[in-house]
Amino acid sequence: MSTVLEARALTRHYSVSRGLFKPAATVQALNGVSFSLQSGRTLAVVGESGCGKSTLARALTLIETPSSGSLQIAGHEVAGASHAERKQLRRDVQMVFQNPYASLNPRQKIGDQLAEPLLINTRLSRAECREKVQAMMQQVGLRPEHYQRYPHMFSGGQRQRIALARAMMLQPQVLVADEPTSALDVSIQAQVLNLFMDLQEQYQTGYVFISHNLSVVRHVADDVLVMYLGRPVEMGPAEALYTRPLHPYTRALLSATPAIHPDPDKPRMKISGELPNPLNPPSGCAFHKRCPHADERCRSERPELRLIDARQVACHHVERIAG
Amino acid sequence: MSLLNIRNLSVRFGPAMPVVDGLDLSVEQGEVLAIVGESGSGKSVTMMALMGLIDAPGIVQADCLQFDGTDMLRLKGRQRRHIVGKDLAMVFQDPMTALNPSYTVGFQIEEVLQQHLGLKGKAARARALELLERVEIPGAASRLDAYPHQLSGGMSQRVAIAMAIAAEPKLLIADEPTTALDVTIQAQIMELLLDLQRDQGMALVLITHDLAVVAETAQRVCVMYAGQAVELGHVPALFDAPSHPYTEALLKAIPEHSAGASRLATLPGIVPGRYDRPLGCLLSPRCPYVQERCHQQRPALEPHDRGAARCFFPLEVA
Repeated sequence: MSTVLEARALTRHYSVSRGLFKPAATVQALNGVSFSLQSGRTLAVVGESGCGKSTLARALTLIETPSSGSLQIAGHEVAGASHAERKQLRRDVQMVFQNPYASLNPRQKIGDQLAEPLLINTRLSRAECREKVQAMMQQVGLRPEHYQRYPHMFSGGQRQRIALARAMMLQPQVLVADEPTSALDVSIQAQVLNLFMDLQEQYQTGYVFISHNLSVVRHVADDVLVMYLGRPVEMGPAEALYTRPLHPYTRALLSATPAIHPDPDKPRMKISGELPNPLNPPSGCAFHKRCPHADERCRSERPELRLIDARQVACHHVERIAG
Repeated sequence: MSLLNIRNLSVRFGPAMPVVDGLDLSVEQGEVLAIVGESGSGKSVTMMALMGLIDAPGIVQADCLQFDGTDMLRLKGRQRRHIVGKDLAMVFQDPMTALNPSYTVGFQIEEVLQQHLGLKGKAARARALELLERVEIPGAASRLDAYPHQLSGGMSQRVAIAMAIAAEPKLLIADEPTTALDVTIQAQIMELLLDLQRDQGMALVLITHDLAVVAETAQRVCVMYAGQAVELGHVPALFDAPSHPYTEALLKAIPEHSAGASRLATLPGIVPGRYDRPLGCLLSPRCPYVQERCHQQRPALEPHDRGAARCFFPLEVA
């Protein structure tokens, strides 16, 4: 196992115009996110909308340049890389988007869309490309005759298979999947998740799996990173995090997730209110306005990530809350 | 008599197979019923037919579509509008499009109050404020003059709920009310809906694709597949021992079910479309228990001791 992706204090701020006569405001969409991902492992990023999940995905796939912090893909530093080097790095990080209806070109045949990454990035002949595409199509459960079809002829689940096939064409080191199954029905979601797992086992790809669905995350993830308002609040091995959440926000998320057979021992914690305005984040701990355990210290001092039980938690009162 | 009584409801668009096919359903006073199914199973169309929201070329046919003693199929537009929005109200999936962007929140609630209860001026304003407080909007007084774009998704959904309950309906239909919302907000909205249902003694029909939400909220469930009701049952009995293979497959496909396993149980294939319906049972091409008879004949919804199932070979309690 090798480290395929390493982020250190990754940060992305946006400047937002508030009108002609006011100074521009800064949105801290992503603030100090650090993690490392091994090949064949899955890191899940969870949090509510506006917590910076998608900004993280865009930074990892080199769509956005981070404001500060460092990112290493398969041991190569991204910042300061030349144009040619960046092109090479992009090969190694591929992405699957949430909406398979919007991420495929409606005017291009499926076979051509799958061959495009090969034509751009490799020197294979047309015939070799075609062969590789056919092999990949078979692997994701598409039939050979689908090569000549257009995206509108497929169902949502099949389109997500196509999107996944396209991302895996170059056998990337890292696959970033941004809510890949949230547009799909439960039974189709199960098929697509199985496909994700099969491909990972075969190619030993490292996955960054972004989702708001905690029961899906529990199934796929080895490690989980919980984010709130652009900052990591808890990160650790999935099983430990699910059985004994430490941060109050993680506890609240798990408590709010409905279950078919609700666990009577599950910590019951309802939180009120909504995500604060990112233009005007609260002082101290970003979560203190919704947190039932908040006190004076939480209002004034921002908690840093601390190592507790092999997990990183950003909360002043972990010991008191988790007991 | 039931509050809502639907017998043999069919909705079709054009000559293809009906979108809703021979649906029987009843809702009792003060009951929480969930309609579960995947996209295209006809769950939303059923309730839209009840509300009279199916326009031509859609065709609605039923032996009986009775709400609170009134035959909804026979009603003229004006008579229908006296019931819809008053005794029969609906909350939609996307709160951002359910509200009119050009009017303030207060105005839109007051409009309901004036239309159905005859409240005007200060009385309407006071009642609108009360409603916003009832749906737990912080700083309700200042929100009356807010436009929908100034509210978050969760807030907009609360406003939509306030509008729906303004005239104290007997039946509230919530069509995927939390699908567009985050999980902590979803928990808040579901709790609010159940609170209102208990307080006002109204019936609640919850349309959703999320079985876990159903397990935590509903009393009775109707599972739909390709336009047909395939299973009726009570919570939690239906989740402990489903009797239709489709219900069982849906439950197994949820990651929670396969805790610890590396693969999820799946149902192969996809829902039959309008043009490729099988001759026999609609689930027959995908069903793991399929037998010869299933390919030849369509099963009917047969009642049994725990509910009803549309299957020749219903699953026994394990």
